[in-house]
This record gives sequence, structure tokens and C-alpha cells, in this order.
Amino acid sequence: MTAKEPTITPGLVAEHGLTPDEYTRFKELVGREPTFTELGIVSAMWNEHCSYKSSRLHLRGLPTQAPWVIQGPGENAGIIDIGDGLACVFKMESHNHPSFIEPYQGATTGVGGILRDVFTMGARPVAALNSLRFGAPEHPRTRHLVAGVVAGVGGYGNSFGVPTVAGSVGFHTRYDGNILVNAMAVGIARADGIFYAAAAGVGNPIVYLGSKTGRDGIHGATMASAEFDENSGEKRPTVQVGDPFAEKLLLEACLELMQTGAVIAIQDMGAAGLTCSAVEMGAKGGLGVELDLDAVPCREEGMTAYEMMLSESQERMLMVLDPARQAEAEAIFRKWGLDFAVVGHTTDTQRFVVRHKGEVKADLPIRELGDEAPLYDRPWNEPVPQPVLDPATVAAPVSDLEALERLLGTPDLASKRWVWEQYDHLILGNTVQIPGGDAAIVRIGEGPKGLALTTDVTPRYCEADPVAGGRQAVAETWRNITAVGGKPLAITDNLNFGNPEKPDVMGQFVGCLRGISEACVALDFPIVSGNVSLYNETQGRSILPTPTIGGVGLVADVSVHATLAFKRPGEAILLVGETAGWLGQSVYLREIVGREEGAPPPVDLAVERRNGDFVRGLILDKHASAVHDLSDGGLLVAVAEMAIASGIGATLDAAPAGVPAHAFWFGEDQARYVVTVAQADVAAVTAAAQAAGVPLRRLGATADEAALQIAGEGSISLGRLHARHEAWLPDYMSKPE
Amino acid sequence: MKAAVIIFPGSNRDGDVAQALVQAGASVTKVWHADSSLPAGTDLAVLPGGFSYGDYLRCGAIAARAPVMDAVRSHAAAGRLVLGICNGFQILCESGLLPGVLMRNAGLNFICRRQFLRVERNDTAFTRRYAQGQAIDVAIAHGEGNFVADERTLAQIEGDGRVAFRYADRAGAVTPQANPNGSLNNIAGVYSEKFNVLGLMPHPENLIDDLVGGTDGRGLFESLLAA
Repeated sequence: MTAKEPTITPGLVAEHGLTPDEYTRFKELVGREPTFTELGIVSAMWNEHCSYKSSRLHLRGLPTQAPWVIQGPGENAGIIDIGDGLACVFKMESHNHPSFIEPYQGATTGVGGILRDVFTMGARPVAALNSLRFGAPEHPRTRHLVAGVVAGVGGYGNSFGVPTVAGSVGFHTRYDGNILVNAMAVGIARADGIFYAAAAGVGNPIVYLGSKTGRDGIHGATMASAEFDENSGEKRPTVQVGDPFAEKLLLEACLELMQTGAVIAIQDMGAAGLTCSAVEMGAKGGLGVELDLDAVPCREEGMTAYEMMLSESQERMLMVLDPARQAEAEAIFRKWGLDFAVVGHTTDTQRFVVRHKGEVKADLPIRELGDEAPLYDRPWNEPVPQPVLDPATVAAPVSDLEALERLLGTPDLASKRWVWEQYDHLILGNTVQIPGGDAAIVRIGEGPKGLALTTDVTPRYCEADPVAGGRQAVAETWRNITAVGGKPLAITDNLNFGNPEKPDVMGQFVGCLRGISEACVALDFPIVSGNVSLYNETQGRSILPTPTIGGVGLVADVSVHATLAFKRPGEAILLVGETAGWLGQSVYLREIVGREEGAPPPVDLAVERRNGDFVRGLILDKHASAVHDLSDGGLLVAVAEMAIASGIGATLDAAPAGVPAHAFWFGEDQARYVVTVAQADVAAVTAAAQAAGVPLRRLGATADEAALQIAGEGSISLGRLHARHEAWLPDYMSKPE
Repeated sequence: MKAAVIIFPGSNRDGDVAQALVQAGASVTKVWHADSSLPAGTDLAVLPGGFSYGDYLRCGAIAARAPVMDAVRSHAAAGRLVLGICNGFQILCESGLLPGVLMRNAGLNFICRRQFLRVERNDTAFTRRYAQGQAIDVAIAHGEGNFVADERTLAQIEGDGRVAFRYADRAGAVTPQANPNGSLNNIAGVYSEKFNVLGLMPHPENLIDDLVGGTDGRGLFESLLAA
């Protein structure tokens, strides 16, 4: 079948997601009328997903440097030095659009893609994390999406054989038509054994490895660069299908091949498949690339050059090999039962040439495909600040203990055990802290070092005040790592926003980035990798701005770390940090009072650092027996979680005068932790806090009785709180459709 | 003790079980599925957890027909030891070395959690370091661990005392509530007729370290070393 290629019309250009201006620019670059295949290639390279055309301008200023950063943004994943000759390789990426259309496959390929990014660099994946946002629980599609996404995340990671150790799950009506599936992978490599995408040497073979190319996923990246409408279900054919088994084989074959020294450059085929990977390898190496598509292993017959260049079939890699080692490399791939085909070679022409069946289907300047991609300075509106809500004006509709019980059973605060028990979080035998804590801890090899890992963002804060919300997302990540005793080292960001062509959405993006940037600088917490997902809108309604932050910290000795469960009765419960009773944008305000309003809690980064350093010191000195950071739901929710996790109760003093009791217990002031210490250590810890200028308040003591008691407010049994906390999600998921 | 851990395409707990064996003092060799023999002098053949061949057919069905499985069958027929964990248990059932079959979990979801097991007898090569009736705290991580056998087979397994472990609560009580996947009679592991082949769904190899959950899984590997 040699169908004549379609003639390029303005309509066809528009279908490829290019504006008339962008097409004119491309035509000038080519110097003639482009071919159909070339139009496909440029649509893949210049869409929002691949070119970052709306976001690039604003990403430039982000802090990406630190002495321990080996590789910042721009490669498959970021890399940091963790000592002992080892490097930690990690990145987070979204798979939002596909997951909404086909939740199981969308989620699996999201996990598969990010794992590939990590092992492409020579690292063996040691942990996976995720951050999921769904629509309102009562929305008719939500249950189906939760079931599919969770099964998909688990289905891929479990089979691939990486523990899924942490994550977050949230619900809000603003995600009804556009869920978020952000997946993060973390790997360990030898610092002197890292592989990059830049091709080197003229005339070296370009080798295609892994699974065969099919017609799945064509225009996937273009789909991810547009809003959804009521017909989005029709885009199901653009969703790829994941094969974790093939990826596991690809992992083992790649790592084995890398050991031989035969690999000069390697790039996985992710978004826009063969096109993006080949262009990137050539452009980064300052070389040209010539591909012969007749050699590409295909799953289907009669695939055209256009289809092969745009396929997003999964579990594929492109490598530049040392020609002297080609036979050795091929033997390794054959052993693992994977395809191995020489599909081209490097050239010194700086051109990207694609041949198929004796014809030149594309001949483009390689560097310009990336460098000359459109760059937009989109207009943006300064977000309107929300008024600060005076807690004195918020009446408490129910008693604090009743509010606590209800809060623990709300969708955002309820236990997510139903989710993480579907993820194998124990494989590899190094999960020192399993899901359910502030951050996961994964031991590196036989220890004593470990990684502290978490993903965080509070979208409602970002919506109310993007700068404060961006700051808070980074600060909370830093705090969660600190709360387990880790030293925060670096982050990856996954920026999920609506349509950037709307100045209000662009304003959220710019504001969040400013906040993220400030926090990264203040906390010495650089961004080493990331991903931008825009156009998260359906029928004109955008998601809450959701800049998910994935953080990595180092635990010097995993035998010295903190968990949130109370350890024994009779210990002092201390609150680290200042409590003004900030109810604006709190979960209490939304769930108990029924209002979503006010400015979010401010984040003082200097205080954040001071309080966190103090708490980490308590953990490393072995003074703290339990530690929990305070976030959604505030103080009483945190204390309840510590009690529920241990079965040990607590007796708390009454809230101090000057703050309404419900604001004290449920306010979401930042930079706070609850810590338990032995009674004998209270004086020393108090003196140390004073010396460090850290506010410390004694809240009460852990208790023999399995109940939570507040002086003057009564008592509630842990059994009741536990039941409420655990019931919501399984009950919800088992309801008939 | 010389142990051979067999690697199928898609095995993923091979490293975990190898570590547990080495910790207990075994020397471990990894054997490729396409090999047709086990290393000379192999005392114990281990089929590790994972998703051999992606579990795209029935779990374990393709691996049961791998070249190396003939060698494993001969090894077992000679009375030597075979241990199959999780996917390895599924492969043993599919290859006819153990009775029964592992169906999809009753709750339909994959389950990963800590789980107590009751040790049914401690006079086998796999359990001599445990007490009879002891409740051990190990891990489970499977989607298809629901042990099923026809009535006659089940009666025979029970009559021969070939149940190795049952899902139990912390106190060792075998209750419906403690059954995570719907297995008949809470069966978590079974022996062959000669008690030289053991298949079990749970992962003792992930509970060998105080820092990572506990050490109740060590007993199984230490028992083998004492064999």
C-alpha cells in the first residue's frame, strides 16, 4: 500500500494543532512546501507537551543549581550526588489526558514512561511515587476513574518490580472532567555510570530496541496539548497500551548492555516516539541523523512513514552504539527476547533525514526543530488576593471532637490504605517507611543510607494565592522529608494547569512558579527535573492549579529516623511552631463550615527552615520518639493520626486563650510539627528550642487509655476514630455504580 | 547448601529471595529459564516471585513449560528440595509438582500488606526453626493467590497434613477475617506428597530485617540451611 500523501491545506495544518503563523515559520525554516510526514514531525515537536512553548520563558528562572546537583532539567531525569560514588536519578511526569479517557492504560503508561526515563540514564529504579487528583466523589465517573487509575498504577509497578512507596490522592469537583495522574520514579546509579542522550561520532549506528511499533498513540502528545470537549471519549485510539513485562525485559537488557561499554547515547521513545528521540539525540550531540524506516520493527503491516514517526507505542528505546560492539549488544537483546534493529546512523550534516521505501520522506534541519520551536510570552493577569479570614468570625457548628471524627472520614483526609495496598510497596526489601507516613524511606542497597521520598501540593491554596500556594507546596515537601529525619536535597516538579491562553490561568502558572522558586532558594532545595501539563480543561472549566512537587532527601543512617505513630504512653506531646489559628482555605472551613474561601496560610520560609532544622536535630539526637508534620486538617487531625497509627491515646490540655479553640485545633498554620519526647527530656528540649528561637508548646501527654481526651471538651475512643478514618474509601469504592 | 534461583523473563523477587538465602548462609546461583539443567550439586531449586511472561496467560502457565522446568521436575523426583514463592507457587501448580490452582483474589484487587500465617507443622525441611502453631508475620503481594482445589484433592491435602501455612490472625487463629484472598481453608502454602516441594503465596523473603518490618521470615531460610 503506497497511498499518496495528503496535500497540505490550512485545515490539515489546524488539525495538527499548528497555528497559521507557526506553519509559516516552519515553511520558512524548511525553505519549501513541507511534506505530510514533515508536517507530522513538526506537529509532534512543536506542540505544547514537547516544546513547552507557553511555559519555557517562565521555567528559565527556576533555581536548578546546588553543589550536589549532577544533572538539572533538560535530560530524561534529574540527578543528584548522594555520596559513596552513588547518584539518585528521579523525575515526575503527568499522564492526565490519557488517564481520563482510558484510566487503566493511561495510568500504566504514565508509570512506564517515567520508569523508562530513569533507567535510560543507567539507574536501576528503586521506588515509584504518584500524586492523583480525582473529581468530586459524587460525580458519576469518579469511582470508575479511581478504580482504573489505581489498578493501572499498581498493575505496571507491581509487574515491573519496583515498590510504590508514597503518594497522595485528593478529590475536588474541579477535576471532574480532567483528572491528574502524576507519576514519579527514583533510581540509583553509579555517579560515574550515567548515560545521556547526546549522540557522538559520525557514522555510528542508531539502534532501535524493545517492543515493536504499532499505530497506538499517534498524536498522543498533540492530544495532551489541547482542551477536552464533550467528544473527548473519541480520542481513545490515541491512548497507548502499556506492557510492564516488556519494560522489565527492557530494563534488564539495557542495564546489562550499559555494563559492556557499548552504549554511546541512549534516549527512550516517549511522547512523539521516534521523532522526538531521534531529533533530541542528534541535536544534543550537534550531529545529523538519518533514519531508514524500512528497518523499523513494526507490529502492523503497511505502516506509513508518517505513522511510524508519530507512533507512541511503549517500551521502546533508541541508542547510538559503538560499531565495534554491535554484535555483543545484539546478543544481549536477543537473549531477553527483544527487538534489535539498526535503523539509521549519525551524520555530520545537521539534518534529520527520514527514508522509507526508497523515498526521502523528511529532510529537516535538526537543531532548529527544537531551538526554533515557537516561544510565547502569553499575557497573564496578576491573581486577585483573597481577604484574610479572621478566625473569630468563623463559628464552630459542632464540638471539636465531633468535627475531628467527621474530618477523619472526609475524602481528602480519610485513610488511603485501599489505594496503597494495591501497590506492591514491599518488593526489593528496602522499604523502611511504608505508605501512610509523612515521607517514605527506602534503604539504598544494604544501607546505612536511605532516601526520604514524598509528593505534595495543596491545590486549593494555589487557587486562592498562587505565590503562597507554590511556596507551600515546596515547603510541605521539605517538611515531610524533615519529619522522618531526612535532609532535603532536591525536587522534581509536575506543573498541572489549565489553558495557558487564558490570562487568569497563565497568572496562576506564573504566580505558582514564583512561589516555588522562592521556596527552592530559601530552603536550598533545587529543581532538577520536571514536566509541564497545560490545557487541563474540559468545556472551558480548568482544574485547580496543581504544581505537584516530588521531593528527595537523604537519610544518613536509616536506623535513625522518625515515624508518626506514638511509641509509648506517658510521653510529652509537644507542638513545634506558631499557631495563630489560620482557618482560611482550611479543610475544616470547607468540610465542617461549608465555605471555601479566604487567603491560604502564609509560608515564612525562614521560619520553615528554622523549625525544620530543629525537628531534624531532635530526630538525629534520638530525642524525638514520634514526629508528624502538620498539614491538611491541622493540629488535632495530626494528633489523631499519631494515636490511630499506634493505638496509644493522648490527653491534651485545653486550647490556649486568645485563639478560638476550633481555630487552634483545626487551623492550618505552616511550619509546624507534633513531636513526642520522654518526660525526662522535656526540659532539655525546651531549652534547646528557646536557644534556637523555635516556638514550642506542650500539648499534653500520650496515654494508656485508647482515647483522645481534651481538657474541658471531653473524650473520644480511638476505635471510633480509626473506624471512621479507614471506612470512607473502601465503602465508597464498593458502592454500586 | 547450594541454592539455584531460577530467572524467568518477568521474575522480580529473585533478588529478594537470593538475599534471604545468602543471609541464612546458602550459596546462590542464578539459573536462566532457557537452561536445561541445574548446576551440579544443587540442593534447593527456587522459583521466585514475579510476573513470569507477564502473567499474560494463566499465571505460571508458560513458565511451567520452560526448558529448565524439566530439570526442576527431575530434581524434585529425586527427592531434593524445591521452593516456589508467589509466582513460583503458581508455576509449581501449573507444572504438576503441587496440587490445586491459584485463582484471582476474592476481592478482585491486588493486595500488598503484612499478614500473619500459622505454621501447621514444624517437622519439614522448610519449617523446623518454627514452632508448630506459631503465628509468623510476613508479607503478601499478589493479585491471584486464591488457592482452590477440587473436594477430593483438598481432602487428600488436608488428610496428608500437606498444608504448610494458613492465613491467620496475630494470635494464630485461622478465621475468615484473616483470609486475605478467599483461599480454601485459608491455605497459604502446600507441600508435595514427600514434603520436599513447598509452594506458598506469601513472601517470607521480605521479612528478614528488623529495620524493614521484622525477621519472622528468616525461620524458613534458616530451616532450609539446617536441612
